[in-house]
Amino acid sequence: MDAVFSNFDEVLKAFGLTLGLFVVSGIGSLIWGTVLAVFRVGPVSVLNKVAACYVTLFRNTPLLMIFIFMAIAMPRLGYTFNFIEDVSIGGWQVSGFFFRSCLALTLYTSAFVCEAIRSGVNAVDLGQAEASRAIGLTFNQSMRLVVLPQALRAVVPPLTSVQVALAKNTSVAAAFGIAEATATMRGLVNQNGDQLYGIFIAFAIGYIIIVEAISFSSYAIERRLKVAR
Amino acid sequence: MRFTRSKALVVTVGLALSLAACGDAGSDDTETTDVDVAENAADKFEDGTAMKELAEDGSITIGVKFDQPGIGFKGATDDAPKGFDPEIGKILAADLGIPADKIKWKETISANREPFLQEGEVDLVIASYSITDERRAIVGQAGPYYVTGQQLLVRSDSDIESIEDIKGLDVCSVTGSTSLDNVKAEGAKPRGFDTYSECVDQVLDGTVDAMTTDGAILLGYAAENPDELKVVVDPFSEERYGVGYSPDRPEMCQWITDTLEKAEDDGAWDEAFEATLGQSGVETPDAPALDECA
Repeated sequence: MDAVFSNFDEVLKAFGLTLGLFVVSGIGSLIWGTVLAVFRVGPVSVLNKVAACYVTLFRNTPLLMIFIFMAIAMPRLGYTFNFIEDVSIGGWQVSGFFFRSCLALTLYTSAFVCEAIRSGVNAVDLGQAEASRAIGLTFNQSMRLVVLPQALRAVVPPLTSVQVALAKNTSVAAAFGIAEATATMRGLVNQNGDQLYGIFIAFAIGYIIIVEAISFSSYAIERRLKVAR
Repeated sequence: MRFTRSKALVVTVGLALSLAACGDAGSDDTETTDVDVAENAADKFEDGTAMKELAEDGSITIGVKFDQPGIGFKGATDDAPKGFDPEIGKILAADLGIPADKIKWKETISANREPFLQEGEVDLVIASYSITDERRAIVGQAGPYYVTGQQLLVRSDSDIESIEDIKGLDVCSVTGSTSLDNVKAEGAKPRGFDTYSECVDQVLDGTVDAMTTDGAILLGYAAENPDELKVVVDPFSEERYGVGYSPDRPEMCQWITDTLEKAEDDGAWDEAFEATLGQSGVETPDAPALDECA
């Protein structure tokens, strides 16, 4: 594992990028997935169908194909998203590659987030929605104040699974111009063929730490939100 | 077996005819060379050596790359890989009395070359396999049979002229390759892709500013698209391609070195180069001097 420790700043930087991809796409997919879920359970028939189509399309397409489309087909169609390179956050410049990867991960993961939340909405007693309508709340209000809070509480475990999958899916970006953990691991293996197993183990541990961190915070959230039954 | 082979023959002939019908569409096909196969090769090796076993066996497994035009490339419809590395493999096999059609070609990607040698999955690795101290510590490497250096492939209208110009620019290559580390050291932003062809596409799209890897590979791509691409910058690294062999078979080193030396002397090396890398228009270089076996 010598190679890992002598390049430790590289390894940390790589996992930093992995975390960056995860956090940006994680937040993006939670927001977009929730919007899609509201579309699917809402009263507007066109939005219902649009959201259903979206879920069918993105859930059935392998992530790799979405990446190929975003990273390789879009630039050829003239959409390079390079305008994003003017943005810099705290001295770190956002690259077009990072943006395209986050877009691919967000679009894909949102479909799964949507379905997880929809299952939560279905779990909320119908009477809750009827009661909120009865006291004069609009659809938006009853969603925001009554249904979604109860639904989200029920879907912490499945949402955690979706986000854990996302954390590991960031490794697909290794083949699309991002020097995240998996790409850096391949570089180290190429240069230090004599330390193959040590390097693999070190990077596997890195991913395990990330996934365990997600799991523990999800347990904490679950405990806090638990309903006394 | 016979049936599929005759079917394959029909397909091949059909393809050849349709290519012929398209004028010179087949002219960019890389030629292969004929190598004289040694007779009664097994007699000249001592008992118990790897060479004796291979020669008596009449077949050899060689690991090569399948995705590097000019070096080692196998198209979806090809039966055998083409390129300089497979030609070197044929020269070595011929010395053991093994004809080209008895060689088993196995694709080795960069990451599995050492494990394949250690586990006996392949007998030799000839896969743009740069000689390094780290690698020599765990597997055998004889050679070099070819010395190349890293260069840049850019669009024809690019302003990049020297290696200093890539500071802060996006430069792509294959994920995990040494080439990417080298341009990173020069201040470029490394962009890794799975294959060289995806990387070339990114250069053509304008998503990245340059592609980098060993000059020989870049020349191959520039030759495919001479109007839009060019190779710039003097080589800024030295890659010495060696032949990998199992660490348990140290006796192979002297044999590989002797055979390569003979090939360099009798012109087989030049012929192999001209039939493969030479197609991109570069002059045939002098064959490199080989390292002594330890």
